[in-house]
Amino acid sequence: MTGRWRDLAWAGAGLLVLLLVPLFGAPPAIRDFIMFGMAYGLLAMSLNLLIGYSGLVSFGHAMFFASGAYAFGLAMQSGKFSIPAAFALAIVFTAVLALIVGAICVRLNEIYFAFLTLAFQMLFYNVILGWVSFTGGDQGLMGGIPRPKFLGIDLADRTQLYIFCSVAFIVCIAILRQLVTSPFGYTLRLIRDNQERAAFLGVNVPLVKLTCFVISACVAAVGGILLTLFVSGAYPNFGFWTTSGEAIFMILLGGSNVFLGPLVGTVILRLLNDITVTYTSHTELVLGIVILILVLGLRKGPLDLIAERLENRRQAAAQAVRDAADAGANGTGKGGS
Amino acid sequence: MDLDALMRCVGTTSCIVTQLTSGMIIGMLLFLIASGVTLIFGVLNVINFAHGSLYMIGAYAAWTFYQLTGSYFVSALGAAVAVGVLGVLFERFLMSKVYGSNVLMQLLVCYAVVLISDDLIKIIWGPVSLSMGMPVEFRLPPLRFFGGVVPPFYIFMIVAAMAIGLLLWLVIARTRFGNIVRAAAVNGPMVSALGIRVNLYYAAVFGIGSALAGAAGALAAPVRSLTPGMGFSILIESFIVTVIGGMGSIVGAFVASIIIGLTRSFGSIGFPLFVDGVMFLIMALVLIFKPSGLFGRPHNK
Repeated sequence: MTGRWRDLAWAGAGLLVLLLVPLFGAPPAIRDFIMFGMAYGLLAMSLNLLIGYSGLVSFGHAMFFASGAYAFGLAMQSGKFSIPAAFALAIVFTAVLALIVGAICVRLNEIYFAFLTLAFQMLFYNVILGWVSFTGGDQGLMGGIPRPKFLGIDLADRTQLYIFCSVAFIVCIAILRQLVTSPFGYTLRLIRDNQERAAFLGVNVPLVKLTCFVISACVAAVGGILLTLFVSGAYPNFGFWTTSGEAIFMILLGGSNVFLGPLVGTVILRLLNDITVTYTSHTELVLGIVILILVLGLRKGPLDLIAERLENRRQAAAQAVRDAADAGANGTGKGGS
Repeated sequence: MDLDALMRCVGTTSCIVTQLTSGMIIGMLLFLIASGVTLIFGVLNVINFAHGSLYMIGAYAAWTFYQLTGSYFVSALGAAVAVGVLGVLFERFLMSKVYGSNVLMQLLVCYAVVLISDDLIKIIWGPVSLSMGMPVEFRLPPLRFFGGVVPPFYIFMIVAAMAIGLLLWLVIARTRFGNIVRAAAVNGPMVSALGIRVNLYYAAVFGIGSALAGAAGALAAPVRSLTPGMGFSILIESFIVTVIGGMGSIVGAFVASIIIGLTRSFGSIGFPLFVDGVMFLIMALVLIFKPSGLFGRPHNK
């Protein structure tokens, strides 16, 4: 229970920090950076629920990011829904989509899973591109997303939008945190480490995987919704395979074994992007080279490496303490005999 | 949805001939790529997500060789060899480093290679699409079968792809090289213990798989426009083909490629918006009823 309170305190502190930024008159560029970071951060964090905690390497996660964005955007443009209703609708739509894709994919082995999720994502992307009359094709959802007031909140106002997004973001992160520290989260790790053992212990492995897949998709959808609200549109590249690749890369950059690792990775990647864009138009080239260096050189994410070092050091220290205690005990033992 | 058009087409031999040949060329391109994917997977147990990039490089290389030499046959051969060599380098310096690691690392290496090669193509050949045009060797009057018009190049393409596929099958099934490769696929350390340098065979298999993608690129160059990123959509289709045909099965890849090719060509008349959907439906059905694919050995998860 103490852990839960501590997590809530962290969530509150995180929200406070996010909310203080606009108060202190941060330049719009920084606020924009944070907003993008929150949307893509949810994508990466939710993907890590699959990759890091469940061992499900999905290469098609951006599909749910895009489905959230498009479902929300289309619902708002139809003019029949309030923002909360459209929000819920987009999540439900994504959950159904994830249920269908997941039901086909979760029983497959690792490699099949990776490229079938990729294939379904490309199907979804092609539908977005092809169904021009409904989705606007490669132009995306144009003409802006209307943001009628609800409950006295006016999302057309930049500051209120920022606060709304921050709250949604923190709530999602808190949910993810609750999930990974719950028995369900430990079941996921058990499945990741030893699927057969989990099955023998009576865990319904496909069902747990499917549940995790759907939850993760819903969180990614929230990320998509935040991005749609922020850029006031939805574009096919939200669901392109490179977005999934970037999300995987964010996890690598941050580290999959640290809870907030993907978030750190998101920040690093966005910074990296912003910096390279100012020097060269060949961001992909730079990104590719950085990935190769990280994967072949470090073989894991930098944060994972640091976490591992700290853990090793702590264990070494604990070992030293134990050795000292043993030596002391032996000494007294000898003295006694 | 325009099933009437499909029925009208099936009613005339000329339309059937046209759609059949266009379906076959789509299928044969897919077959060359998918057989490379499936060969590499069957032996090395890795999925080469960068296989589409090799196809793209093959097409661009063929374009350049054709500009230089003016001979399509030389440039096609050159492109296949060049991409094969590139594949060996890719395997030796990048992929072989992550064989032991999890899928995530392999995925990331391939992702990096796709990003780098797409950008390099833009730098070297420019971002606008190129087209090779019909090579001089094939500027012949079209052939006619049952009222349908078939360009001679299409015939060449289909025959060449089939010949390459047959050759590949013979090499894998009938030669000493093939025996060793198949043994290494089942138990690499054992083959290595028998005094065979397995790593060389791994590199060779990767090179052959890459050369197949390069050949596919060269065959596609006269009939497709060359754009950076052209490899990715065909990669997805070749995955669908390998899933339907069965991972590791070259015969399966052949049959599944023809199924997908014909679905594409006839589907583009009858249900243009749903062609992708139908392809996925076929794949989903195969996965549900025969998860190892039509010709795949049942594999343990």
